[in-house]
Amino acid sequence: MAVLKVLVIDDEPGIRSGVSRILNNFHVTYPFMDEDYTYNVTEAATGEDGIAILERDMPDILLLDNKLPGIQGVEVLEYIRKRNYDIVVAMITSYASLDVAIRATRDGAIDFIPKPFTPQELKSSIENITKQQYLKRITNKMKQDGKKIRYQFLSVLSHELKAPLNALEGYLRMMQGKQAGELIDDYATPIERSLQRIQGMRNLIMDLLDFTKIRLERKEEKIEEVNLAEVAASAIGTVQPYAIQMDVNINLDVRSDVIIMADPGDMEIVFNNLISNAVKYNKIGGKADIVIDSSDSEAILIISDTGIGITKNDTENLFAEFVRIKNEKTRNISGSGLGLSIVKKVVELYHGTIKVDSTPDVGTVFTIRLPKKPITIT
Amino acid sequence: MKKSDITILVADDDPDYLFQTVFSLEKAGYKTVAVESQAEAESVIAKFKPDLAIFDLMMESDDSGFILCYKIKRKYPDVPVILATAVSHETGLSFSIDSEQEKSWIRADKYLEKGIRPEQLDQEIMKLLKL
Repeated sequence: MAVLKVLVIDDEPGIRSGVSRILNNFHVTYPFMDEDYTYNVTEAATGEDGIAILERDMPDILLLDNKLPGIQGVEVLEYIRKRNYDIVVAMITSYASLDVAIRATRDGAIDFIPKPFTPQELKSSIENITKQQYLKRITNKMKQDGKKIRYQFLSVLSHELKAPLNALEGYLRMMQGKQAGELIDDYATPIERSLQRIQGMRNLIMDLLDFTKIRLERKEEKIEEVNLAEVAASAIGTVQPYAIQMDVNINLDVRSDVIIMADPGDMEIVFNNLISNAVKYNKIGGKADIVIDSSDSEAILIISDTGIGITKNDTENLFAEFVRIKNEKTRNISGSGLGLSIVKKVVELYHGTIKVDSTPDVGTVFTIRLPKKPITIT
Repeated sequence: MKKSDITILVADDDPDYLFQTVFSLEKAGYKTVAVESQAEAESVIAKFKPDLAIFDLMMESDDSGFILCYKIKRKYPDVPVILATAVSHETGLSFSIDSEQEKSWIRADKYLEKGIRPEQLDQEIMKLLKL
């Protein structure tokens, strides 16, 4: 139950007490609102008194008569507009001349309640106003949350981009000062580490490009028939040199030839990320199995490995941006922390689902389900 | 006390930063114990009393460094602690331990921005250990 504060500014005592009586026993409820709204009415007989109450109580809704003894209703409105108060205003007026109506509307009045009004008329206006106020606040809140998330993303991103630069700078200064010795061989570790950090930064930039691609380049004309087995085979080709190095055997098992309507670039992102993870987080001599299957309505992709696995705790945040599981087993594996968050975003774009099952030291299974029938990408 | 008798515990989850810090400390003459996580630092503290500790702020969690400061001060109140972090640059979040109020909850003796030169770090350590 939430209470909205209503201020009524009118010089007629009958109108003020009428509004109080009607609204103090009124509540509004909508299926989309979290809670019921009730009202708490405060009264003012003049614009000057009303402004004092405005300043003190910050009401949510203002019912405003235009014709007042001192300053006029439209002047109160102007006062509110200049200060940008979060308040919804409805004019209660027996006659509204056209210029008053125009001025009031321009200054932010959203409704006109004709005087005299029946309780029902007042109630339906208030219902309307409440709905608008609720939606306005929800929109503001969502905008703010969006800004916060973007800000967090950027601050983590700048950390991820600066860390390798700091490392490089430190190593270069070490060499500049000849701190480890006179010979280039004295700097084998700093050079090797610098190269690794550069590679890590390059990977991060590539992932960021994927990230902006799925955010910005959403074009319907890129949608075409995509044979998932072909995309998988090409992704395996890309990862193969690394797999040979790791002695990981990659198997592709196409149980049913699945063709879906998609942007081929999106499907490449999904397979490339999951297959390279299946190799990267595997053990020497391990296996990575890729299964492509389908049900009546869905394409099913299963990517499993015999790798280091993920604990139950760690799987919870696995798909969030910049989340990397840090432990003894992953410390020498480089990654941007963006790959799985990108995969999840792509899958959701196609109204699909992704799920992970994992046992530490046994392996991890990712299961993706994508609807087969053509969909609109959102 | 000679520098070669002093052991410094360094905790940082960036292996390169850790390598560089340890390298410069050893070059300056100190002994070091290097760990890459809050968990490892805690297990070192449980068994061993360093002469000084340098903690990174963000490791497994965003406040790993604060937690380590608190834990080490509870066990060894006389061990000076340096919090080293790049955090204020990135988040715009700025704090120092200059005001009494902040000193009361940040249990570090010195707060240093990452990127500090080896000579400066050595100076700060000597000041804290009154060498």
